[in-house]
Amino acid sequence: MGSSNSTLSKIPNLGRLIEETGFTPAHIKRLYKRFQALDKGNKGYLSPQDFGSVKELATNPIGDRIIGAFFSQGQETVDFHSFVRILAHFRPLDKNRAKRPDSPEPINSRISKLRFAFQLYDQDNDGKISRDELLQVLRTMLEMQVTEEQLESIADRTIQEADLDGDNAISFDEFRKSLEKVNIEHKMSSRFLH
Amino acid sequence: MYPSMSCWTRRGLLLALALGLALLVPMALSLGAAEKTRRSVGNGHGTGVTLRPDDSHGDGHGVNKTKKIFPVLTFDFAHVKIPFEISLWVLLASLMKLGFHLIPRLSSIVPESCLLIVVGLLVGGLMKLVGAAPPELQSDVFFLYLLPPIILDAGYFLPIRPFSENLGTILMFAVVGTLWNSFFIGGLLYAVCQIEGTDLKSIGLLPCFLFGSVISAVDPVAVLAVFEEIHINELLHILVFGESLLNDAVTVVLYHLFEEYSGLGMVTFLDVFLGVICFLVVSLGGVLVGAFYGLLAAFTSRFASHTRVIEPLFVFVYSYMSYLSAEVFHLSGIMALIACGAVMRPYVEANISHKSHTTTKYFLKMWSSVSETLIFIFLGVSTVAGLHSWNWTFVTVTIILCLVARVLGVMGLTFVINKFRIVKLTNKDQFIIAYGGLRGAIAFSLGYLLHPEEFPMRNMFLTTIITVVFFTVFVQGMTIRPLVDLLAVKKKQETKRSINEEIHTQFLDHLLTGIEDICGHYGHHHWKDKLNRFNKKYVKKCLIAGERSKEPQLIAFYHKMEMKQAIELVESGGGVKLPSAVPSTVSMQNIQPKKSNSERALPQISKSREEEIRKILRSNLQKTRQRLRSYNRHTLVGEPDEDGWNDLLLKRQKIMDMDKQISRMSNYLTVPAPPPESPTLSRSRLASDPQHYVPKPTLGNVPIIKVDLASPQSPEYVSVVDEFQKEAVPLKEEDEDAGGLTMKVPLGDPKKEEQEQQDGGKEQQRLMRCLSDPGPGGAEEEDEPFLP
Repeated sequence: MGSSNSTLSKIPNLGRLIEETGFTPAHIKRLYKRFQALDKGNKGYLSPQDFGSVKELATNPIGDRIIGAFFSQGQETVDFHSFVRILAHFRPLDKNRAKRPDSPEPINSRISKLRFAFQLYDQDNDGKISRDELLQVLRTMLEMQVTEEQLESIADRTIQEADLDGDNAISFDEFRKSLEKVNIEHKMSSRFLH
Repeated sequence: MYPSMSCWTRRGLLLALALGLALLVPMALSLGAAEKTRRSVGNGHGTGVTLRPDDSHGDGHGVNKTKKIFPVLTFDFAHVKIPFEISLWVLLASLMKLGFHLIPRLSSIVPESCLLIVVGLLVGGLMKLVGAAPPELQSDVFFLYLLPPIILDAGYFLPIRPFSENLGTILMFAVVGTLWNSFFIGGLLYAVCQIEGTDLKSIGLLPCFLFGSVISAVDPVAVLAVFEEIHINELLHILVFGESLLNDAVTVVLYHLFEEYSGLGMVTFLDVFLGVICFLVVSLGGVLVGAFYGLLAAFTSRFASHTRVIEPLFVFVYSYMSYLSAEVFHLSGIMALIACGAVMRPYVEANISHKSHTTTKYFLKMWSSVSETLIFIFLGVSTVAGLHSWNWTFVTVTIILCLVARVLGVMGLTFVINKFRIVKLTNKDQFIIAYGGLRGAIAFSLGYLLHPEEFPMRNMFLTTIITVVFFTVFVQGMTIRPLVDLLAVKKKQETKRSINEEIHTQFLDHLLTGIEDICGHYGHHHWKDKLNRFNKKYVKKCLIAGERSKEPQLIAFYHKMEMKQAIELVESGGGVKLPSAVPSTVSMQNIQPKKSNSERALPQISKSREEEIRKILRSNLQKTRQRLRSYNRHTLVGEPDEDGWNDLLLKRQKIMDMDKQISRMSNYLTVPAPPPESPTLSRSRLASDPQHYVPKPTLGNVPIIKVDLASPQSPEYVSVVDEFQKEAVPLKEEDEDAGGLTMKVPLGDPKKEEQEQQDGGKEQQRLMRCLSDPGPGGAEEEDEPFLP
């Protein structure tokens, strides 16, 4: 009991963190332990190399994108708060939460999850997934097993299907619409963070 | 007036035919029975057709051979009796099925299973009137012949993704739920039996438990029959259906356990412990046996490319063998069948031809449909045929207990399960799951298997089982549809998956796997990812023939979509100019409406070309048709109209592409994406026979897609031939201005004369070559797509 208190006390702004992300203190403790395990050298923050030590990420086709998502614009480090905030996107939805009309969108709502995924596609942050960005994603996912032409035709087909306003790119709304039948709450939730 | 009259006369005729047949069956059976009673001793079971060949032929062989008049016409029914009866039953079942759907109002209120049971009752009644003994549903016939097709159909087409995602829930319901039901019903029945005044004292505890285990199993046949018609959402469907399939292991173990020991009257802890071990052995053993046969089937299908006609046979025989093998060891045959079908499907589908795939699909559906119909009809007939012993207390208590046990079980289990689920089960879901627990023929057959000597109350059990089955099928089956509508339960979404969904779902899978790795948590995604990698790396290489083993799932899906669209394109008919509203893979169709003025200019250019192409195609069509091989029973010959279809498709694509080319040259339109033509066009040149034709590439990075029409998954049978393996031949000529159909035949070809012809550079000849269908006569080279 004493140790848990001391662990939690090391985390600054714990109350605000819990409020923002909706994690319970036990969760935060677990995540802090994981943060510390990743943080070789006890710097108090994580750098991209620390993520590199997770070896499964190397074989993941979008591993580097995921790592990149943790570091917001131009930053080289990610502290515990940002770490938890990113992971909070993957918390399962709690249906019983009372919806307060003035409160901001909870971080693990469907929209937020979709926005997070969208940002992973949209690397240059212009609010649209262009054909090239889509091609890049397809290229990494299909791991060089297909030819460039096939990739291009798939990308074209994808954009053609989703593009409603004819700008040859997928905006966030179009992205959201194309996934309206997919159970995002289930697909983008990790049981670990429940 | 006219149309309705003909419609009604047709229906009337069909119904009259069905009724006539219904009368014919008892007649035939009474004939058989008459003969039977003359010859054989009754052997207790209804369809006991003891055919004694010597009898039927023996009458003429007497010692005193007197000369008889040569019989011009004889009546000898006995020796075709069995097949004749079976065929009559099957025919009756099928006609009944047809008949119901002619009366739409009836089939929308009453589920088919109910109607079939009623028909069975009628037929049974008729037979009794006539004096024939109606056949009872024998357990052997049921378990060995009627049940496997249904289960195989279910297992082969089992939707793996929702099944594996909900596997924990399904197992909980199947195992724990069935155990709870059995003991609750059995125990309380025993308590009730001990009450004075019911004269049920003679029933011991173990027979009660046995009865409980028999009656508590949710029946896959009944669930399928009813749920199929209400189109409920995928989650609920897979939960109830999965439960009905997986509870077979529990039922088998409990049944054998209680049957063994009810003679002795007591069960020790050791027996219970052994029972648990037995359960694990039965279920896991069944799955292993099924998986083994599934892998065998997949492996065999890899080599089946030369005898395509018997490909479906492998699917059926291996599956049936897995069922029988499991039954030899008293393992769970149902789980073996499910495992076999589910394991073999992805590999077999990648290997077998398109036609075989269709055949397999339709045969499975046909057999399972006939089986299901027969089962329900026989249930009705057996009700009439069997000896019944009705006991008001027992029956009513059983029905009430079944309902109560089911509801309590589902509620309790859901409470526990929801703690572990991400998407919780709501109250509505729970209600449907509880209400959907239908009993069916499996319970009846298991009851039928009981020995009358050991279980003197067998008849009462059977009567009760039948009553419960009737109750669930009629009452619950009929009312579930209005209840589903009333409660506004989510229905199945009929939409097709779009490529967006496919890509994004895969992306999200990777994302979640990554997040789980960062969290250090080896969850669902991690293991799924590992399994996929293992599958891709080792298993696919063994079990899938050729290069299809390397094709990623996304490509397969994409090609499937393109193929579907191409087929729709052709089938929708119409002229050359397809409406630009049709979303098609041919990007040329992306002609925006605002560019319509330039569109108008196009037809003038293309019409003359059109005519040219049409002329050439026509002459080629005739050429192709004449190239028929000699008839060989063991090979699938492409039918002429199939050639025609291919050519039609070909023609359309060619014309479209040509227009596109022309437009590009004329700078009238900017066509978004040039390259996609090549895959589409290559694919469109569908060979009508399994012989591959290999396009020879010239440029390094022009994608050549080898198309094998013979393959079932329209996507999967397109594989990308690695161009770098082929000789890269330099382009012969560069002038594509003449209309864009430039054919380049590489040097390394056997057909050198074609090449000389081509050197002439005549466009028409170029056209001819590219448009001619590669016939069975042999490798007319496919030229690569006409793209620069």
